[in-house]
Amino acid sequence: MRLLALALRRCLWMPPTLLGLTLIVFSVSHIIPADPARVLAGENAPYEQVEALRRKFGLDKPLPEQFVHYVSDVVHGNMGISLYTQRPVADDLVERLPATVELALFAIVLAVLLGLPLGVVSALRRNSLLDHVVRVITIAGLAMAAFWLAMLLQLLFSMHLNLTPVQGRINGWGPDPITGFYTLDALIRGDGETFFTALRYLTLPMLTLAIPAMATIVRFTRAGVLNVMRSQFVFYQAAMGLPRRVVIWKYILRAALIGTLTQIGLVFGNLLAGAVVVETVFSWPGLGTYAYNSILQSDYNAIMGFTLFTGSVFIGMNLLVDIAQAVLDPRGR
Amino acid sequence: MLRRLSRDRALLTGLVIVTLLVLAAIFAAPLSNFPGHVTGFDPSQRLRPPGETYWLGTDRMGADIYSRLLFGARLTILISVSATAVAVLIGVPMGLVAGYYDRWFSDLMMRVSDVFLAVPQIVLAIAIAQTLGPAIQNVILALSATYWPFWTRVVYAETRSLRNEVFIEAAIAMGASPLRVMVLHVLPSIASSIIVRTTIGMGATILAAASLGFLGLGAPPPTPEWGRMIAESREFLPQAWWYATAPGLAILLVVMGFNLLGDGLRDTLDPRIRRGS
Amino acid sequence: MTTFLEVRDLSVAFATENGMARVLDAVSFGMRAGEIMGLVGESGCGKTTLARAVLGVLPETAVIGGGRILFEGADLLATDTQALRGRVITFIPQDPFGSFSPLFTVGDQMRELMRWKSPDRARDERGYAAGRRRSDTSRILAALRDVQLPDPERLLRKFPHELSGGQRQRVMIAMALLPEPRLVIADEPTTALDVTIQAQILKLLRRLASDRGASVLFTTHDLGTAWEICDRVTVMYAGQEAETADVVDFFARPRHPYTGMLLASLPTQGAALRGIPGDVPSPFAPPPGCRFHPRCPRAAEVCAQAQIASAEPAPGHHVRCHHPHLWPAT
Repeated sequence: MRLLALALRRCLWMPPTLLGLTLIVFSVSHIIPADPARVLAGENAPYEQVEALRRKFGLDKPLPEQFVHYVSDVVHGNMGISLYTQRPVADDLVERLPATVELALFAIVLAVLLGLPLGVVSALRRNSLLDHVVRVITIAGLAMAAFWLAMLLQLLFSMHLNLTPVQGRINGWGPDPITGFYTLDALIRGDGETFFTALRYLTLPMLTLAIPAMATIVRFTRAGVLNVMRSQFVFYQAAMGLPRRVVIWKYILRAALIGTLTQIGLVFGNLLAGAVVVETVFSWPGLGTYAYNSILQSDYNAIMGFTLFTGSVFIGMNLLVDIAQAVLDPRGR
Repeated sequence: MLRRLSRDRALLTGLVIVTLLVLAAIFAAPLSNFPGHVTGFDPSQRLRPPGETYWLGTDRMGADIYSRLLFGARLTILISVSATAVAVLIGVPMGLVAGYYDRWFSDLMMRVSDVFLAVPQIVLAIAIAQTLGPAIQNVILALSATYWPFWTRVVYAETRSLRNEVFIEAAIAMGASPLRVMVLHVLPSIASSIIVRTTIGMGATILAAASLGFLGLGAPPPTPEWGRMIAESREFLPQAWWYATAPGLAILLVVMGFNLLGDGLRDTLDPRIRRGS
Repeated sequence: MTTFLEVRDLSVAFATENGMARVLDAVSFGMRAGEIMGLVGESGCGKTTLARAVLGVLPETAVIGGGRILFEGADLLATDTQALRGRVITFIPQDPFGSFSPLFTVGDQMRELMRWKSPDRARDERGYAAGRRRSDTSRILAALRDVQLPDPERLLRKFPHELSGGQRQRVMIAMALLPEPRLVIADEPTTALDVTIQAQILKLLRRLASDRGASVLFTTHDLGTAWEICDRVTVMYAGQEAETADVVDFFARPRHPYTGMLLASLPTQGAALRGIPGDVPSPFAPPPGCRFHPRCPRAAEVCAQAQIASAEPAPGHHVRCHHPHLWPAT
């Protein structure tokens, strides 16, 4: 019951937060010095054409009115027309969403699969050689510029070893969409060759995103396990002679992983943000590249759409994490 | 403190790296082999690999990468210090006021910072930097406008937990004004958290600034900005491996330095989470 | 006949940032089967370290400098006590809140203990047979009734944070007695509790332990608590035992000056509160000779020089003092 109240309270906060987010993005995008109508019409378009476009997109109205319009449109699922692609922003986003989600999911799964065990083991074997190696990798992973890491990986795997493509998502057309995830679609259609091709394209961007994410997860897991190992109940269980493996694998891990879970939510959010830079380097046709292009084109409907969209995902993730934490930790119930 | 320092290798490494960065920035001119190469160039020496004359090789314009790195250190410090300073100046007072009072505007302020935290920092920074145009001061503005809520969060939480401490209540009871209590009593008690947060924030700011530079949203060429240098190197990638390597390593090292320093300071300054043994 | 528990010349130090802290320095004391022995002293005197040493769960930074802990004739320091702990020797912690995992129900945690430490469990038994599971559950329910917790079935489904401090400590006592141990080590078990509940918990522990024939080693900094629950008392000072005596002797006929001054410092009706002048010595640089001599009114030259062996001026009454006559008569 209290769980439901928590979820409801959090959900109630979403609309005002999103409204605030819209306001921030709207303010930023509307102090653009460049005139979007002019950009759209082209450098040499006649004045009348520019004005016509301005009216068509409502750019001649006062700013508050434009904002109100925008918000009411968004509420109805309409994010406006992209000035650049001339298509509804919502359609553009939906079309590019699978590429980013596929990339992000692969990256976060890899990061968790590697990060959790490494974090646990390096905490259990504190100050061992393995622990020191893991710590050095972690520290470096958190300090590396994602675009630089991307280029190093390209240099090594694509240019020297010729193992992976330099950029892009697939050669030619992807498999006919079912989910929009190339790997999954290829699998469903039983197209093994396409699957492996898609996987090869996926490898480097996935690694680039996964390494810093993994570093964060290792760090928090290690600290969490060490922290729980120092707690009173672990001492009590040792004093009562419970087998050490039971204490570690059942009691310590469960407690430490709840803390890590919070981090996985945050890490996934950061991963989406990192996608803007990483997708650009790899020409990955996802939301990040779309956002970068729309920023360069002063395509403010698209910028706002993207930001709003990412913001909602962020807020949604935080909501999920809060609820998951409350479910897993009986004190929160 | 000194004894801890000498034993805590992480803290020491961080301190050494950050000191080296500052020294490199201050003595960029005397340390560099070709001080003129920050803006000038020598097309006949394009893309030379590292060697005796050009320690870290030359770039597409024939400028000495080592010299450009040194001057880039100045830029890195300038951007990260000013962006962080502005973020601290916005974030800390907000957190103090919101944490000290328990009124409607406390909630409002925290909600506003939540909204800023709800959008990925780098996305917002890219949007702002692009809007304002490529210039150093715009990068600083974009970064400080997006990173301040981190300080608000920390200061708010710490101030809240201090609010009921006896010495704060005593100061209030003795008639100290709210401003006085906040500045003279609360602020010194939470200074260590702010210092730690700021040190780690420096690293994050440097990374973000480099990303902006890489995307072409930072200082315009021929400024020796590390992120931009890496972007320029992309088209020469398979052959001129040294071109991207040097600035990338510089970023890695400096960010690592700040992170290590921050972690070390946290362990030293905050006895609550100090590691056992 | 061998003594039930005998600690002989036990020395334990901790490696710290400031050097070695000598927390226990050649401590000796003995305990008889079936009795409740109080280990009394100010915080930092080493009583908790001593209790943990007997359990065999000293922290990693601890260095055992020498000595023996003989339990029913076997040296605990020479063996891994994991099989013994929780079965023959059990533990009641000071903090009944932190000592439960917050993520599992009280029932889960009690069953976990019984899965490994039930008196019905054969050595090296694998798995957890349904039959034993059933008998353990009925043992658990009976134990909860013994510690006077109403509605035990419901309690088992609750999480630790849903219980009051007193309830949690009752569960801890139940858990300490469930494996039918011969020795229970209770480390300040009532310190974290409300004063009004302390007495109930003490009475309960005393009654249940003597019903089951379990001995209790009970640490406390509170002389009143020791008086209420203990059969015999050992008072510790700065890492050494100062005096061991039957509880009546201890309170009525103390012989060590420290005991005497400690008792005199108790607030009694109409008497002014008297502290003991001077400070507890640092564990990094303890004074030579008798640890107490810098604060002792009886101190003579010899006290500052020679380490003192324990004397037994009356049967069962051990005093570590060069002048072990009755206090306050000087």
